Amino acid sequence: MSIFVGRDTRLMVQGITGRDGSFHAKQMLEYGTTVVAGVTPGKGGQTFEGQVPVFNTVADAVRQTGANTSVIYVPPTGAAGAIFEAADAGIGLIVCITEGVPVMDMTRVLPYVRERGARLLGPNCPGLITPGESKVGIIPGNICLPGRVGLVSRSGTLTYEIVNHLTKHQIGQSTCVGIGGDPLNGTSFIDCLRAFQDDPGTDAIVMLGEIGGTDEQNAAIFVKEYVTKPVVGFIAGQTAPPGRRMGHAGAIISGSSGTAAEKIAAFETAGIAVMKRPIDVVPLVQARLK
Amino acid sequence: MGLPVARRGPWQWIPQSEVTVNLHEYQGRVLFRAAGIPMPDGDVASTPSEAESIARRVGGTVVVKAQVHAGGRGKAGGVKLAKSPAEAAEAAEKILGMSIKGLIVQKVLVVPAAEIASEAYVGLIMDRASQRPVFMVSPAGGIDIEEVAAKTPDKISRLAVDPRYGLLPHQALGLAFFLYRDFAQARSAARIMEQLYQVFTTNGCSLAEINPLVTTPDGRVVALDAKVSIDDNELDRRPDLALLRDETAEEPSEVQARRANLTFIKLSGNVGCCVNGAGLAMATMDLVKYYGGEPANFLDIGGSSNPDKVVNALRIITSDSSVKAILFNIFGGITRTDDVANGIKTALSQFPVKVPIVVRLTGTNEAEAVKILQGIGMPALSDMDEAVRKVVALAKEAA
Repeated sequence: MSIFVGRDTRLMVQGITGRDGSFHAKQMLEYGTTVVAGVTPGKGGQTFEGQVPVFNTVADAVRQTGANTSVIYVPPTGAAGAIFEAADAGIGLIVCITEGVPVMDMTRVLPYVRERGARLLGPNCPGLITPGESKVGIIPGNICLPGRVGLVSRSGTLTYEIVNHLTKHQIGQSTCVGIGGDPLNGTSFIDCLRAFQDDPGTDAIVMLGEIGGTDEQNAAIFVKEYVTKPVVGFIAGQTAPPGRRMGHAGAIISGSSGTAAEKIAAFETAGIAVMKRPIDVVPLVQARLK
Repeated sequence: MGLPVARRGPWQWIPQSEVTVNLHEYQGRVLFRAAGIPMPDGDVASTPSEAESIARRVGGTVVVKAQVHAGGRGKAGGVKLAKSPAEAAEAAEKILGMSIKGLIVQKVLVVPAAEIASEAYVGLIMDRASQRPVFMVSPAGGIDIEEVAAKTPDKISRLAVDPRYGLLPHQALGLAFFLYRDFAQARSAARIMEQLYQVFTTNGCSLAEINPLVTTPDGRVVALDAKVSIDDNELDRRPDLALLRDETAEEPSEVQARRANLTFIKLSGNVGCCVNGAGLAMATMDLVKYYGGEPANFLDIGGSSNPDKVVNALRIITSDSSVKAILFNIFGGITRTDDVANGIKTALSQFPVKVPIVVRLTGTNEAEAVKILQGIGMPALSDMDEAVRKVVALAKEAA
């Protein structure tokens, strides 16, 4: 079992003929993801890597291949349009990898996606992976191991660091989800925590947060009230100076709500075991799986 | 009655530096006026004689205001009243070149001194919780809005705007009546709210703020200040806005880094850090601190694998003389670790690096990377904790 993606995932790649899209489409195919379609306007009729049909529109791709999930690798100014198109065509899970999407675009995209009952992951995220079943996005498949720990994170490479530690110690993962670092995104920590709590294939949850905003604090309250599975957490940016953004638009210290200290305190209050270093994930998770 | 002086708004609550382009007041005024927001006449000057001629043109008493990205301009002597064109030139002479919180004043704004009957606050902020632009207005304007929020929160009214429909007429009027009882003034203020919303959405703002919005003794409603910051992600499709960025108002090494497509923030320690990914970069800095060191910078080389980026990164890190040792922490995903290794090799052949470098890399093309580094006699570690402990020890030895 897993959350959001698995063996039933029929993936469409928007921007499959672009530099990033083609590279990662190939990686996803090699991993074993069921990639059923690609979309690039004007390139309909082509075939990608000899096996994936390319369509001009998402609607065509859905009609002809039954795609139910989309991953987006289009440039920032076209990303909102790609999300609108996917939502309109009835795609249930839309994963936007693109970094640099204007925030103003997201204010219009988010309600549109919700009204159509779709889920958006990202933008500016590494995607997600259910090890051994389906990889959607850019998380390296070789560092993951099938298992029963759910992981949700705001970062990319920090996620890989933590997953790598888990895998090296034979602690497998049910699903690893990168929700992205932008200030306005489609899927929150809480959405993922709820899904992991309800997933019979997940026994423990690892949550990786950052400074900035109040998402982690809200997630901590949710954990306290609804999550019965053990949760292990980490907050990056304890040494960040106030008022400065660290690469992610979301990672700033906003007044009194957003410092690492405040988030760690919120985690501890909610009974979340907090790692001091990335490597601490191993003993903390091991102790809670027994 | 009072002088319009620089005031702090929710400025520091929103993303700073790279994520937004912070506009100067004179630049914000251009956007406000284009939307029709009533503002006093006036213009920007780079020399005392320019200030003099603007003062002559607008007539009467003027205010000369320093254009820097720093709060407390008034207290620092960056805002002066001038009763004649000659006095305006004199004030500009004093303010231009002045240093306010480490920033040199290069331009002044010259505007007629307004007669003020009342001061209000109007701000529009991109709010991550509601995922919408949120208006924040208060009749207690002219002072620090955070102070109002802390001491008299009932004097602040908030409204989240649904971007699909925009600010609706009754919403604008509702906010305006929170500020003014007089119907004519409320109507004027409602119009200004709508215009401010236009400025915000058409320019991709993270913040658009009027502090203060004043009423004059003859009953007009006028914006006396214009504070605007723009989402960096808008700049690709809006080169006109990108031109408004004032790089002289930023740390030079950070400007250099942005031009090289790197995210760099200078800190005060002595361990230089070069990492791929913002989250891992922050975790690396935290680990440096955990093992008793102090990070000299935050540096994210981003996702793409380009050896030139690594060369630029090393150039920027080594230009800081307080750096005693450098740590590379690379987890290859999209970033190919062999590209990073090649970048280090190229950099070392182009310029001397006098401090020790510790390289930790793992992931995509790790074997090739290790080989490249071995070729230049540089060991590569695969464990993050080991690498951080080593670089902290080296920095301590050299200090």
